[in-house]
Amino acid sequence: MKTIKTCVTALISALLVFSPVAYADKWSDQFPHIKATGDIPGDCSYESMSKKNYKGKTLKINTHAVPVMGEPTALHAEQFAKLTGAKVDVTHTPAGDLYAKAMVPFQAGQAPYDIVFGFSNFINDWRRYLEPVPKKYVEMKQMKDVTPSHIGVASWDGVMYQFPVDGDRHYLKYRKDVIDNPEYQKQYKEATGKELKVPTTWKEYGEMAAYFNGWDWDGDGEKEYGSAEVMKKDDLMYAAFYSRSAAYSKNPKTPGGFFFDLETMKPLINNPGFVEALTDWVEATKYVPPGGINFGLGDEIGSFGGGQTLFSFSWDDAFVAAMQSDSPINNKVGAAQLPGAMKVWNRKTNSWDEGFNQAPFFVWGWAVGVAKKSKEKEMAFDYLCFFANEANHQADIGIGRFGVNPFRNDDFKVDVWTQIGWDKDIAQSYVDTLAQMEQSKNRVFPLRVPGTFEFNAALATAAAKALAGQLSPQAALDEAAKQWEDILNRVGKDNVRKAYAVGVAMEDNKQ
Amino acid sequence: MNFKHKFVFLFPGLFVLIGILIFPIIFTIRLSLSGWNSYTPEMNFIGITNYIRLFTDDPRFWESFFRLSFLSVTTVILQYVIGFALAMMVWREIRFKRFFRVIFLVPMMTTPVIMTVIWRTFFHESLGPVNDLLGGLGVKPILWLSDPVIAKFTVIIVEVWQWTPFMFLLLLAGLLSLPKEPFLAAAIDGASPFRKFVYVTFPLMAPISIGAIIIRLIEASKIMDTVFVLTSGGPGTATETSSFYIYIKGLREFQMGYAATLSFTYLVIMIISLTIIAKVLTKLMIKE
Repeated sequence: MKTIKTCVTALISALLVFSPVAYADKWSDQFPHIKATGDIPGDCSYESMSKKNYKGKTLKINTHAVPVMGEPTALHAEQFAKLTGAKVDVTHTPAGDLYAKAMVPFQAGQAPYDIVFGFSNFINDWRRYLEPVPKKYVEMKQMKDVTPSHIGVASWDGVMYQFPVDGDRHYLKYRKDVIDNPEYQKQYKEATGKELKVPTTWKEYGEMAAYFNGWDWDGDGEKEYGSAEVMKKDDLMYAAFYSRSAAYSKNPKTPGGFFFDLETMKPLINNPGFVEALTDWVEATKYVPPGGINFGLGDEIGSFGGGQTLFSFSWDDAFVAAMQSDSPINNKVGAAQLPGAMKVWNRKTNSWDEGFNQAPFFVWGWAVGVAKKSKEKEMAFDYLCFFANEANHQADIGIGRFGVNPFRNDDFKVDVWTQIGWDKDIAQSYVDTLAQMEQSKNRVFPLRVPGTFEFNAALATAAAKALAGQLSPQAALDEAAKQWEDILNRVGKDNVRKAYAVGVAMEDNKQ
Repeated sequence: MNFKHKFVFLFPGLFVLIGILIFPIIFTIRLSLSGWNSYTPEMNFIGITNYIRLFTDDPRFWESFFRLSFLSVTTVILQYVIGFALAMMVWREIRFKRFFRVIFLVPMMTTPVIMTVIWRTFFHESLGPVNDLLGGLGVKPILWLSDPVIAKFTVIIVEVWQWTPFMFLLLLAGLLSLPKEPFLAAAIDGASPFRKFVYVTFPLMAPISIGAIIIRLIEASKIMDTVFVLTSGGPGTATETSSFYIYIKGLREFQMGYAATLSFTYLVIMIISLTIIAKVLTKLMIKE
């Protein structure tokens, strides 16, 4: 009798333990994308979505071009269509046109797309045309795991307008096999008198990148270069410039604004801190691969991820691409915080404060919302919820080209990454880097003010002129500052100040 | 038939003309007097503020206009010279004449955006085959897309490749329609091929040449897709043209009112300048 009891208990236990796996297999057989985890139970899991019936309905989505965000949008659309019977039309649009493609119909009172993808800093301009995320989704289990900073990113005045699908920040990526190589360390020391280590300042970054530029240091028969950076004018280069500027210009002793002085609304982008950063960046054109001055985000991901450069800094995608099993530099890369500087501009004293300064830049990344005028709101939110369900999210964050990056507490666990083949120490350095950024008290957040696009475009044009040698860094940034003044006058200083104060409060750790 | 009946027959055509030509222009003018942008999405009235901004505070537009003038004049001259030479070649009785006529038209039949992507790949400084090829010949990599001066010539190369066939087509049609008598007379007089070209072919082709040049200038002055795909106006603003700049202001930065101001001003400038160019060309090429 005891034996039978034991056997029955063991059988029940086994069923209980393995049932999720058996359950997961049912869906991962049909959808190999989630083969690593199978379906994970939840309100928007594969199982839950299969019970919805949207037959005869059409969902229209405008998203980014393939692959970054465009590929997962299309993939999950196909899966969603299979599960629910809906027809899903996905339109792919280049990054620079996402804003206008939504804004034109928004302003005309039309909704050609039920779902629009864009960047999270569009929130101020878009929110009046977006449907707030319904309470039932905000209170779902999968949403509870989203970090507070990313809930904040998706919300305005406490109302969530954007459905969290991505979490972004800029950080440094480097070739661990080179930086940790004793032979190269010795060689570098002999040549420069300095230590070869993970750079902690932009000057060190530049020196190392210049040294490892234009020769075959990994023995693959091809030349390698110093750094891959997003330098193409209309391809998010403004974000790369802010990353380089933060260390020189975000002074913890002078709260009250990084882009503007919140009191006077005077643009700060032409102060010596920003000029120093742009001077460094102009220098960087000498150690990027040939044609690097025209690299957009996709080029940067491909260049670093393909093993062409020693360094890179920007979003997670290049790092994740480098860590994929098919990458030539799989498990040969490391992550660290953005380099800092040995001085930081103090706008109160109008002088440099000497000493190490570092400031992470939270580039909030991809955002997506449902049009207020959409006739298929429920289906649209279900799609977004399905897009970001646990199984899809875990699969997506391991594919570099997808552009889906950590924004949930669970993503900051080492196991998540070792499970997909990362070395433990690399996974540890990665999650530590992300966690340190979350904990920093000297962070920079992007502009989320009316006219954001104009401000960033003016800055990007000026920086591009400096990179191309058309203007000196000071002249370029003076031109940008003048344009920012003009934009401020057109939009209204008070309108901008009111919105900017929200971001400044976060930077000054008041929220 | 009285006046009213005539008006009834004219009305459909007039209606179409108003609908597709007059209304968009009037709407653009009205939009140009508004401050429509992302944060003020309405047709408010701000007078000539946008025009004052354009004429006093927007050097980038004027730079892009002069750059456009350089690019369009250079490309059209090259297209005319090469197109004329190719047309002359297949006008003669040569072997495989039909084959060459078709081959010369192929670039024009391809999709400009796709072909520009392919050209961009060719000219990619570190991954493209052009620099690889030059490297094999011992030539240092050329910064086709990264150097502000060379990038302009890269745009010209792509434009000339794409649109020379159009010029070739018009000029070949012109050559085929020329009367034979002047050529027979020149042959009887013992004129050399060079003199035949200078004194017979070229003058007879002048009206067609002017038409072809003007048509291509109008098209070249709207150059957008090549710049958009090849360089995005870069490096810096080195290859930014007027239409690309208007696109940036209107559809990237969403300054619809200001973009309408730029569009209307650009239209006026183009009408005036192309009229002058046509007059000058007529004076230079057609001798009474």
